[in-house]
Amino acid sequence: MSDSPIFEAPPHRLESGLEEKNAPLNPGDALVEAQRCLYCHDAPCIPSCPTAIDIPTFIRKIATGNLKGSARTILNANLLAASCARVCPVEVLCEETCVYVGWNRPPITIGKLQRYAMDHAASPDLLPRNPPTGFSVGLVGAGPASLACAGTLSLLGHETVLYERDPLPGGLNTTGVAPYKMNLNESLAEVSFILKLGVDLQTGVEVGRTITGKELLDRHQFIFIGPGLGSDSKLNIPGEDGEGVQGAVAWIRRLKTEPGYTLPPVKNAVVIGGGNTALDAARELGKLGVPHVYLVYRRSEEDMSGYLHEWSAAKEEGVTLISNAAPREVLREKGHVLGLSLARTKDGKPTQDALADLPCDFVVVAIGQSKLRGLAKEFPGVELTEDGCIKADPQTFVTGNPQVFAGGDARNGGKEVVNAVDEGQRAARAIDAQLRSSSTPKTGSTSTDRENG
Amino acid sequence: MADLTSNFAGIESPNPFWLASGPPANSGDQVMRAFDSGWGGAVWKTLGNPIVNVSSRLGSVNYGSHKLMGLNNIELITDRPLSVNFKEISEVKKRYPKHAVIASVMVESRADWEEMIRRVEDSHADGLELNFGCPHGMCERGMGSAVGQEPKVLQELVAWVMETTKLPVIAKLTPNITDITEPAFAAQKAGAHAVSLINTIQSVIGVDLDRLVPLPRVGNASSHGGYCGPAVKPIALRMVAELARANEFSLPISGIGGIETWRDAAEFLALGATNVQVCTAVMHHGFRIAEDLIDGLSNYLDQKGMNTVDGLVGAALPAFKEWGDLDLNHHVVAKINRETCIGCQLCIVACHDGAHQCIHPSEKAGAPADLPHRVPWVEEEECVGCNLCAFVCPVEGCIEMVEERRGDEVDTWNTRVKDGRDHVPGGLSDS
Repeated sequence: MSDSPIFEAPPHRLESGLEEKNAPLNPGDALVEAQRCLYCHDAPCIPSCPTAIDIPTFIRKIATGNLKGSARTILNANLLAASCARVCPVEVLCEETCVYVGWNRPPITIGKLQRYAMDHAASPDLLPRNPPTGFSVGLVGAGPASLACAGTLSLLGHETVLYERDPLPGGLNTTGVAPYKMNLNESLAEVSFILKLGVDLQTGVEVGRTITGKELLDRHQFIFIGPGLGSDSKLNIPGEDGEGVQGAVAWIRRLKTEPGYTLPPVKNAVVIGGGNTALDAARELGKLGVPHVYLVYRRSEEDMSGYLHEWSAAKEEGVTLISNAAPREVLREKGHVLGLSLARTKDGKPTQDALADLPCDFVVVAIGQSKLRGLAKEFPGVELTEDGCIKADPQTFVTGNPQVFAGGDARNGGKEVVNAVDEGQRAARAIDAQLRSSSTPKTGSTSTDRENG
Repeated sequence: MADLTSNFAGIESPNPFWLASGPPANSGDQVMRAFDSGWGGAVWKTLGNPIVNVSSRLGSVNYGSHKLMGLNNIELITDRPLSVNFKEISEVKKRYPKHAVIASVMVESRADWEEMIRRVEDSHADGLELNFGCPHGMCERGMGSAVGQEPKVLQELVAWVMETTKLPVIAKLTPNITDITEPAFAAQKAGAHAVSLINTIQSVIGVDLDRLVPLPRVGNASSHGGYCGPAVKPIALRMVAELARANEFSLPISGIGGIETWRDAAEFLALGATNVQVCTAVMHHGFRIAEDLIDGLSNYLDQKGMNTVDGLVGAALPAFKEWGDLDLNHHVVAKINRETCIGCQLCIVACHDGAHQCIHPSEKAGAPADLPHRVPWVEEEECVGCNLCAFVCPVEGCIEMVEERRGDEVDTWNTRVKDGRDHVPGGLSDS
């Protein structure tokens, strides 16, 4: 993004020394790639994008040298296009549907071109804004869903306030994306871009602790809940607690945000899990120079929920899979991790059948994240599914409380950034429709009155 | 193996491929390297009173990732001393006696023409090409295309030359004229042995939108230039063919304009050129392209059972007709190969917005029952056979234009008018 971040990244972060997975395109390569696009009629890449970016149009604008127009086309469909360009699994979304694939040719590198347009031309001035309406919407969390929702609402003329418990905004985009995909600074720059659309942000505010749901409902006409997911799920096995064992999300957060954090000298690292977070962690460990990285997964290779392209890359980078196995105990000596005791699994469940112990000195647990079940209780009428996700209409994203909307990982259980953006933006349009059909604005000055009063 | 040797207006060369007068034929070193690469002849960079050239000089039209689809130049004639040029011509002729070296000449007064011709003869060049084509810089000084655009002046100048020399004389013509046959007949009347065409087309290659100065930029200004390269080939082909089929025009034609490959060359020959000249393609790719020009033409002639280049010369001319003589019963229909179609649907948008609305998406009612998703279908009774879909299709051969005649007999507009079955030219009819 062309905007400089409002937020300062913590100093001496391990991430800042790491290489990017995909180098950005230079102008010449971007032009050649853009010109390769066939500019299909009713192009299949458009519906394959959850936010339905008009891909052929933005690429054509790169080809004609209209970079501003290209960025505008992209942002009109997706306000978080800069991070989506970096973290989207394009291999299974837009690029997979490119007609070149069916023609046995490499698809257009849509993600890279999108990043190119964003890097060179994205600016808050590109987007049309409605005059202020006086309506106000509060948003819980400042991750992709809330950012996209708030940005959209702000452009539509409504006052928006993000409430974020973390000191750094951006959600997993800031703290949870493997460094080889996106650097924290790039996420913070995108947050700055959203704030420049007129969005207010309050960090260090946790609903249910520093502020109640009722207070938010009093302050704003509508509330959008987009807090994402909770902490890493635990294995609940002996030896798990202590140095040398980390949840994947927590560990990536340390790489990205903790001043002075370095990986201790690790010879053998084990990642538990078979999803994309597990693959991210495994690949990142390899990139950090760990000589042996193992992936322990309780089912077979075919059952892994991580993307095939990510797993293939991980394999190529030397990650070894131990499938149909589950950890029984973290073996320690004087507190230090020595290895993992493994059980053979059947249908994903551990059996009594023990496998040989796996010597290792670092374990990353990537078996999912907990749900923020407590948050729903702050808002009367908001219900949870059996899995702990917030129940909301899949079209309007309204919850059981007509004043409260929800989207992103907290609603869908954990999908891609682009899905969170899509849900946030669609919720924003539903909220806007409600506001415009409702009566008097509850002006944004309510909170000020309260403070003054 | 076909015999590629060429005799153009009495000038012999190992093959019909000559360097056209321009930067690649600017010096003895270049021309000798060109001959070593296989070129049959070279028309030397135009000789005249040496001028001072500007910088920059060239402008390019790129199309997508393809560079130099068209080239424009504002470079003038030689900027090297005439004595050096003539010394080098002599040297080349001495070392390459079997190759053709033609001196391109452009001066103003009769005395200058006579002096120049004497020096050309002394250099042992094989012939003269009179530059009546240059459309920029020199024409403002009363030379080049200023002559080519005035058939009477051209005729007088050629006549001076013919009185002065026994060398073969080629008049090089400008395309910046309404009827190319007029200057060509003027040259023929004055006794020239041949014509060559086309010289470059007057052009402005583009505008620097930051500075708001046309291109190529010389300081803070530019001037119109001469356009050449692959983009001008169709214009050149038409002019060559127009002249080649003109009644009573009997001079050999040296075809010039956008020739880059043996196919281009073969097309010029087929439409009546006796040999061809190449400049821009060499500026782009170097002398080395001669190898493929020779090899490709030779293979083509063999395949056609033609023993010599002359067998091809004019072979397509009988089929170059007036519109009114074209067969209205000839009809083609687009057929889309569903196996090779990649589903880009460019044919749909082209047909709907730019043609005759007869190609439809697979989901539209009326589609063949088993048509795969995104493979378009042709409403054949509405297809006029314009070819547009086949041209925009990125997959070679996926859309084929299949002939489906509308009648056994040949029916032309001219015969329909003659028979009273169609309206006369210029008349209005509601039928």
